[in-house]
Amino acid sequence: MAIIINEKTNVIVQGITGSQGRFHTRQMLFYGTKVIGGVSPGKSGQEVEGVPVYDTVCAACEEQQVDASVLFVNAAAAKDAAFEAISAGIKVLVIITEHIPVHDEMEIVDFARCKGTAVVGPNTFGIVSSGKCKIGIPPNQFFVEGPVGLVGRSGTLTYEIVSNLTANGLGQSTVVGLGGDRIAGLSFVDILEKFEKDYCTKAVVLVGEIGGNAEEEASQYINKMTKPVVAYIAGKSAPPGKRMGHAGAIIERDKGTYIGKVEALQAAGAKVATLPFEVTDLLCQVLK
Amino acid sequence: MKLFEHMGKDLFSSFDITVPRGRIVTDPGEAAKVALEIGGPVVVKSQILAGKRGKGGGIRFADSPDQAKEAVSQVLAMVLNGHKVVKVLVEEKIRIDLELYLAITVDGEAKKPLIIASAQGGMEIELVPDEYIVKKHIDISMGVYPFLSREISRRLGLTGQVSKDFNHVLTQLYKLFREKDAELVEINPLVVSDGKLIAADAKVTIDDDALTRQKDLPCVEERTAIEKQAHDLGLAFVELDGNIAVMANGAGMSMGTLDTLSYYGGKPANFLDAGGGTGMEGTAKAIELLLQTDPKVIFINIFGGITRCDDVANALIQVKKARGIPVPVVIRLVGTNEEEGIRILKENGITAYKTMQEAAAKAVEIANNAN
Repeated sequence: MAIIINEKTNVIVQGITGSQGRFHTRQMLFYGTKVIGGVSPGKSGQEVEGVPVYDTVCAACEEQQVDASVLFVNAAAAKDAAFEAISAGIKVLVIITEHIPVHDEMEIVDFARCKGTAVVGPNTFGIVSSGKCKIGIPPNQFFVEGPVGLVGRSGTLTYEIVSNLTANGLGQSTVVGLGGDRIAGLSFVDILEKFEKDYCTKAVVLVGEIGGNAEEEASQYINKMTKPVVAYIAGKSAPPGKRMGHAGAIIERDKGTYIGKVEALQAAGAKVATLPFEVTDLLCQVLK
Repeated sequence: MKLFEHMGKDLFSSFDITVPRGRIVTDPGEAAKVALEIGGPVVVKSQILAGKRGKGGGIRFADSPDQAKEAVSQVLAMVLNGHKVVKVLVEEKIRIDLELYLAITVDGEAKKPLIIASAQGGMEIELVPDEYIVKKHIDISMGVYPFLSREISRRLGLTGQVSKDFNHVLTQLYKLFREKDAELVEINPLVVSDGKLIAADAKVTIDDDALTRQKDLPCVEERTAIEKQAHDLGLAFVELDGNIAVMANGAGMSMGTLDTLSYYGGKPANFLDAGGGTGMEGTAKAIELLLQTDPKVIFINIFGGITRCDDVANALIQVKKARGIPVPVVIRLVGTNEEEGIRILKENGITAYKTMQEAAAKAVEIANNAN
């Protein structure tokens, strides 16, 4: 088992005819994801990588069962595309697009909540149920099946840790990217709850970063978990008041500091790695 | 993008929120004129993008045009919290009966706009005890209705006309927040003056990701010259004060790289997220930016997902051949097209590292020995 997506998940790609959409459709198909269609207004009848293109999400849903959609549209078009998918009743929406205005993000997340759609992102690398289904942009080769559930905010840092795990024989059940913006659909707690229930997941890795309050909030739930949690928080050396690449990665008015997050996690019983590569060692310890 | 106080007040005015009468000046002579027009005691307020202006002497009172002139000439010479004062707001001194605090911000945890209000305005909100702060989320699909401001009024102890005016200010402030894509709108203090509500200060921050659709706002540049160059290239760059120039791909990875360098006793000169999927040209430009920080060593940490290692290697060699790189380069290169990237580097006499920790330790060693 895995969480949120699995080998049966039917996926459509919104923005499939763009260069990113095309490239990652191919990569997802290579990984084994069931990409069953794409949406690009005015392009119906075309095919991308052998996958049919539809004008609208509803058109795709009329012909096939659609379980999830992934957005590769630009920031200006993202709200419309997200609303389209949510309106069509799609239950999992992965938003890769970065630089979406924060007000649009609040509206997307609000509408999704009202319609019962789970939103992964925005500004995420996506979600991978290793060996089963990949929705998003991570490089294929590092993700293999195993007992570790991983949830992070940042892409490359998550890949770094996942590749380290894989190199040491630790595969993953599901790897989820929450996204680097201030507003995220699914939060750490949403994912941790699912990992706690998933019988294939034996231990959980949380990759957080400075800014906001998400790790502190997650700590309250970790306190109640039966499964061991290993965490790494990026940004120990970041100066306050500076936005470190991600919109959400900023220490404002003494809030969102590294030390605050680490203390909260440790108090909840999580093991916190000082450097990314130490995550593997700590996991080996807790999985013994 | 943070707006200066006077810009925020201009916005408030255009949304029918009352602000004190006043004007922005850049020399003492003008200040005297403005004070004369206002015809009474004035406040002279330095315009910088930082708080705690009062403590540093950046806010002064003047009873006459001459005093205003004198105050402005003093404030204009000041450097407050590292910000040089180049413009000053001269405005009427208003009577203060009560100071409120009112702000609307984005709450990332609740994923909704959040109203923060207090009857203890005038000081930093962080210093106000929790029991005197009212917080209310706004449902974005609904917006601000009068019931919400009635409830906040009740909690703040406002009554009568002031309570009605508060409803107006809150409604208009939320309208501004939404229409202008603000991350934060803050009035501190919102002054009760002879039964009227006046916004005596304005802090407005606009979402950078919305600036393309907010074309009629003034442009405020807070970035350093090199940060601006990076921004124009679509890269995230933050200047730091160390001697190891750093490039990595991805924000989290870039932060992790800085942390690893610091762990080994190094001091990064910058944060540079070269992004995912940046091609060879973009990477070459990023490396050129690093040279501007005048480092002792350059540290490149690439975990290639969409980013291709051969692109990074080629970019490095291109810069090396075109303009020369006067300091050692330590590079860690793994991921997509790794073998090709390593081969290109090897042909040019550069050895790539496999792990971040090995490479970071090496970069720190070089930097510390260079001192």
